[in-house]
Amino acid sequence: MRREASMTQPIELILLRQWSTYQAIPVWLMDAEGDLLFYNEAAEAVLGLRYVEAGVIHANDLAELFQTTALDGSAVPTEELPVVIALTQRIPAHGELRIKTADGAGRHLHITAFPVEGLSERHLGAVAMFWEEPIP
Amino acid sequence: MRIELSGTRGSLAAAGPGTVGYGGDTASILVTAEGRSIVLDAGSGIRRLGDVVAGQDRVDVLLTHLHMDHIQGLGFFGPMFDPSIEVHVWGPGSPKFTLEQLLSRYLSPPLFPVHVRELSSVVLHDTDPGSFELGPVTVTTDYVCHPGATLGYRLSVNGTSMAYLPDHEPALGVEHFPEQPEWTSGFDLMAGVDVLIHDAQYTDDEYAERQGWGHSTFDQALDVAELCEVGSLVTFHHDPGHDDGMLDEIAAAIATHPLPFEFVPGRAGTVIDV
Repeated sequence: MRREASMTQPIELILLRQWSTYQAIPVWLMDAEGDLLFYNEAAEAVLGLRYVEAGVIHANDLAELFQTTALDGSAVPTEELPVVIALTQRIPAHGELRIKTADGAGRHLHITAFPVEGLSERHLGAVAMFWEEPIP
Repeated sequence: MRIELSGTRGSLAAAGPGTVGYGGDTASILVTAEGRSIVLDAGSGIRRLGDVVAGQDRVDVLLTHLHMDHIQGLGFFGPMFDPSIEVHVWGPGSPKFTLEQLLSRYLSPPLFPVHVRELSSVVLHDTDPGSFELGPVTVTTDYVCHPGATLGYRLSVNGTSMAYLPDHEPALGVEHFPEQPEWTSGFDLMAGVDVLIHDAQYTDDEYAERQGWGHSTFDQALDVAELCEVGSLVTFHHDPGHDDGMLDEIAAAIATHPLPFEFVPGRAGTVIDV
């Protein structure tokens, strides 16, 4: 059975997007290529960027927009980021990171990410949820 | 392509004097194209289609999902028991069970006297999102918004097309429906088809109490048809509590509005040539 180019997102991602709009915690929704398809209103506040203005953010642009370090300021290898683990290893992951967001603010975040494994064994992407810890 | 509505009712068969016009049988449609017969869903409406396809050497039955109103006629579809006709049944499995295992829950004792594996001319196909050919007909399918694994279908042949989404709630959780196409369940299947057969089970008041049950209102069906720029919309999966009088009233109200597509209230026995 062949799969053709599609305009519509898979139903699993559509429902996750709808679910995320009802969540008060920040949620990211990424596709299997690592593009940030959607983030909810709570995530807008944390990331300093409105979804309606930014739209889809491609994987290559994410690192530039949201500079990520360990809590001590040291570099974190990309492959150790929770969202990257969820996307590439297809397992859930948790981490505590510091990010510098698009508006220049520094934030201390707890991040939990899990892969989206759809019906018919389709790896569809990942969801990341954030909890912000106030920086003293 | 010829489309014949045999069963148009949703959830539960509703035979009686009040449903003669729209029909009381549950979902089943016959699509014929260039000598090929494809049945969409196997609700109680499939029973009479057995006579229609008799004498052919193959018939394909495409199941959207395995709720009872979409499979309950399968055991009463004559070709299933006729070894001279190959019956190919397509439908979704689940992450843990095959289509055969799931159908066997119904087509086996004590719910049914015959086990599906005893039907030698029946071939079951676990169906995933994608496209495949049935003779001259290209079938495209994808998961759509309805509780449990549910497929919608698009059938295309010689530049004509129809889409069948009898159980579909694309408005679920959407603040301002309809959404843009990328985020609308089933959009690719429905976009630009000549005929869209779509769920229109509820009134607005009923929907308010049944969100998440997997069905649409009449207004939502109209909105999605407009978004998808279809040629005509056939309202389908009528609630068993909606009698002919009520459905006629709703159809008459819809017909007073200018629509960018043809509106066809789904009545059993309706034949549409595309």
